[in-house]
Amino acid sequence: MAELREELKEKLIEQLSLEDVEVSEIGDDDPLFGDGLGLDSIDALELIVLLEKDYGIKLKDPKEGKAIFESISVMADYISKHRTK
Amino acid sequence: MIREKYYISDFCVIRDKKVFKNGTEVYADSEALSVKDFAKGIYKFLDLKYPKFHKMDELCKLGFLASEVLLKDKEKVDQDTALVLSNQASSLDTDRKHQLSIQDRENFYPSPAVFVYTLPNIIMGEISIKNKMKSENAFFVTDNFDADFITLYSEVLMNTGKATNVICGWVDLDNDKYDVFLAFLSKKGNKELTKEELNKLYKQ
Repeated sequence: MAELREELKEKLIEQLSLEDVEVSEIGDDDPLFGDGLGLDSIDALELIVLLEKDYGIKLKDPKEGKAIFESISVMADYISKHRTK
Repeated sequence: MIREKYYISDFCVIRDKKVFKNGTEVYADSEALSVKDFAKGIYKFLDLKYPKFHKMDELCKLGFLASEVLLKDKEKVDQDTALVLSNQASSLDTDRKHQLSIQDRENFYPSPAVFVYTLPNIIMGEISIKNKMKSENAFFVTDNFDADFITLYSEVLMNTGKATNVICGWVDLDNDKYDVFLAFLSKKGNKELTKEELNKLYKQ
């Protein structure tokens, strides 16, 4: 799981163009939206695409993302349970 | 009716890997291999701390950076400063990137972050957000920089009280070729606003 969490941090920085952020600066339980990494609604959509493209997880309802993208830990947990690739 | 006089108080040109403010070169990077690298260099040079910049497409970055250079020494930007921009290639550069992501039905993953920039007027949104402007804005697609039309449109905005100042110009990018010119129009300045003067500054 630790490996997946690191992988997700790297993907977030790459996919969401977080050029001023280092992997080491993202805590496993830091909130990704709001006061945490400060991601916005477009980032949320980008994360939904990332889930499908890289892990074969298709969210039926985009609103599900709110809970899944709470933090890196929550995301990693969800992906490990639902991934198809 | 007495015609109100307006002035070009500042202008910025980004062209051929150089940045000019009011005719003076303020930044150059002949080593930049891409527009992305060149824009990043200007961002660092201006010492900006604005993470959203990195998410912008290259067209937006160039327009945004030109506005930062233009407004750098202004203490405050009026909320009703209008934006009147134009270009020739619209958002074609990003449109192509979006097209690439959707043309293969077996690998169909359009990026929302790319898609949001498939309209050139997003530049004005980014400039407005950064400077807290709540103003009139318009983006025109024309073959060349039309100083006559841009001057007339800007004057109408100021004459009718829709705007105190106007940021106008040309922000064009296509396949790593770019040409950027922004001018700040107001009631104060040394250069009187005329289509001839605006065109002269653009061609400098």
